[in-house]
Amino acid sequence: MTAAIQFDQLRLPPECEKLREEVRAFIAEETDAGHIKPTGATGGDSFSREFSRKVGAKGWLGMTWPKQYGGQERTFLERYVVTEELRVANAPTRLHFVADRQSGPILLKYAPEHVKMKVLPAICRGECCFAIGMSEPNSGSDLFAARTKATKTDGGWLINGTKIWTSNAHQADYMIGLFRTSQPTKENRRHGLTQFLVDMKTKGITCNPVYQITGHHDFNEVVFENAFVPDDHVLGEIDGAWKQATSELAYERSGPERFLETYYVLEELVRVLGPDPDVRGAEGLGRLVAQLHTLRRMSVSVAGMLHAGKEPVLEAAIVKDVGTIWEQRLPHRARELAAFSEPEATNQVPFEKKLAYATTIAPKLTIQGGTTEVLRGIIARGLGLR
Amino acid sequence: MSETSAIVAETAARIFEDLADPQTVNQAKDEAWQGPLWASLEESGLTLAWVPDTLGGAGASLADGFEVVKVAGRFAATVPLAETLIAGWLLSEAGLNSPAGPMTVAPSRWSDQLKIDAAGTLSGKARNVPFGKSAGHVAVLADGPSGPVVALVKLADIRAGEGSNLAGDSSVELSFDKVKAVAHASAPAGLDRHRLMLLGATVRANQMAGALETVLSITTRYSGERIAFEKPISKFQAVQHNLARLAGETAAAVAAAGSAADTFANGITDDRFFLEAAGAKIRVSEAATEGASIGHQVHGAIGFTKEHILHRFTLRLWSWRDDFGNESDWAVRLGRMVASKGADELWPLVASR
Repeated sequence: MTAAIQFDQLRLPPECEKLREEVRAFIAEETDAGHIKPTGATGGDSFSREFSRKVGAKGWLGMTWPKQYGGQERTFLERYVVTEELRVANAPTRLHFVADRQSGPILLKYAPEHVKMKVLPAICRGECCFAIGMSEPNSGSDLFAARTKATKTDGGWLINGTKIWTSNAHQADYMIGLFRTSQPTKENRRHGLTQFLVDMKTKGITCNPVYQITGHHDFNEVVFENAFVPDDHVLGEIDGAWKQATSELAYERSGPERFLETYYVLEELVRVLGPDPDVRGAEGLGRLVAQLHTLRRMSVSVAGMLHAGKEPVLEAAIVKDVGTIWEQRLPHRARELAAFSEPEATNQVPFEKKLAYATTIAPKLTIQGGTTEVLRGIIARGLGLR
Repeated sequence: MSETSAIVAETAARIFEDLADPQTVNQAKDEAWQGPLWASLEESGLTLAWVPDTLGGAGASLADGFEVVKVAGRFAATVPLAETLIAGWLLSEAGLNSPAGPMTVAPSRWSDQLKIDAAGTLSGKARNVPFGKSAGHVAVLADGPSGPVVALVKLADIRAGEGSNLAGDSSVELSFDKVKAVAHASAPAGLDRHRLMLLGATVRANQMAGALETVLSITTRYSGERIAFEKPISKFQAVQHNLARLAGETAAAVAAAGSAADTFANGITDDRFFLEAAGAKIRVSEAATEGASIGHQVHGAIGFTKEHILHRFTLRLWSWRDDFGNESDWAVRLGRMVASKGADELWPLVASR
């Protein structure tokens, strides 16, 4: 009987713990200065040029990348620590998060040298915001249905079509977009899509806001009308995007942001319940802490396996599936457990404020970056079922 | 896993494959197969892995022992291997020799309390003692006149009740009516009920993680074999999603149990071990509830029969939830610990692991 699922028992090495202290000291300074607001619910979702620049100055953006591009050549485990500490502190990381996590690594792999030299150092300085141009009105989970076209012209490509649900697009400097360069073939319906780096200041690009149920403007509809993208902004193989960006997905799926997005509710729940909760409150809290601890151990273990050069594709997909469902249910569970708390609890107001915000963002957690349904298909494939 | 741990795990797996194959055991008319299995485990030094050779054991590392426990869980073995390991560890901690043969350990429920006087006479009751009928000795942690005392008692000297867990393994009440211990000694500093329960919880969690791995593997296999509506049921998306959930629960169990074992094996006994062991027993028990249900759902009627091996794993998964603290019990304790430390200490505790 062989085990299909493997979790190496990795503990973060001492250099990570030293770094963790540095990050906590930085967060404490920023909190004292009022740049991180522990009482504000929307912190992690906020956009702050000043804050991102400071994180960049610390050397904590693109930290695993080669030094010639502004990176620090540090380990993925060190990046893990920075990510989780900033997330738990509810720090305003929106400007740099996507660029640091996924756009940068794609450029590193597929962009021509002079483009890398231009863009990557800007990401490392915390000055560069990225959007991901994948979804379209008729293409969400089914990426290969994308219809926004890139047509060859002199020295580059003309983009026509519409991307939608594009987070950050109205504030982004660049987008990495997936556009149709050929029709799919009979043998391979994934054929014909190409990745491009798009400068968002390009003529012919319009961003229209799409307001979310939170009341915030994060989503956009991005309309391309003969927007020109030069040849040297093609990322990787023309028509062959489906072959790219598979191994990176394990990082993207298993990071701490896949279960910590509503963490602030749990912390506030501990305050509401007080130092001596009744049996019901204590049991509920204990289960949530056990579940959180387990998720973090799974996530750290996947980070460790990736660091060791393994390919824990199945384990990474599981972390995202189990993790996002947990963080999605957390506000609802916290609400139940706080139902009998004393209304005069000192933090009742911040608790309710944060709970309200977490409740409204919760639905997106199991949709963004691969829905639960898609993930379960990937897990089923990992089990050999399809 | 270290190289020696891998060898130990392989040795254990080979013994179970040869002498406790679930299919063969499930068809056996009686329990006669248990004798040769135990003899082989004992001969290989696996039963007293956590006892140093100076005290009659095999002197293996804690990590090696946990690997054995997990393998035993994968086979849902009905011999008191895990209990003997814990008993041997408990006796060794107090400097007592371990006898040959199967042992069990008491108390394994929070509500039970045993007392011992200065002369080594025990009184009190311990309920739901696993293998309390079939083992030879019981290692006990009792309240003495000046702190916790470890004692070794012959089961023949104790009045044992009747009873079994859901899977039919003996689980009985032991009445210590002024029973004289074979040997006893003061527990070392730090070894109290809490720590024994944490270790017991970690051991059970690892058995359960092993059993869940098997539930996942036999359920996945069965879904590829069973044809319905002219195709293997594994091709139906609804079944695939159930199996993906089972994989998620199994993954959580394997990660949490392994992490708790690794923590104890590295000599960590403070609040970090509390989080790890209690967290593992809570999360693994939740996974057992969810995972066993999915295993049965995918198997349909055949999995509900004596004839099929699935029940050997699911019934034990359900019963093991209750040994050494159930998930509700541990959750209350863990929740109180977190609450008393306060909100600002929660993340540092979680991040410390």
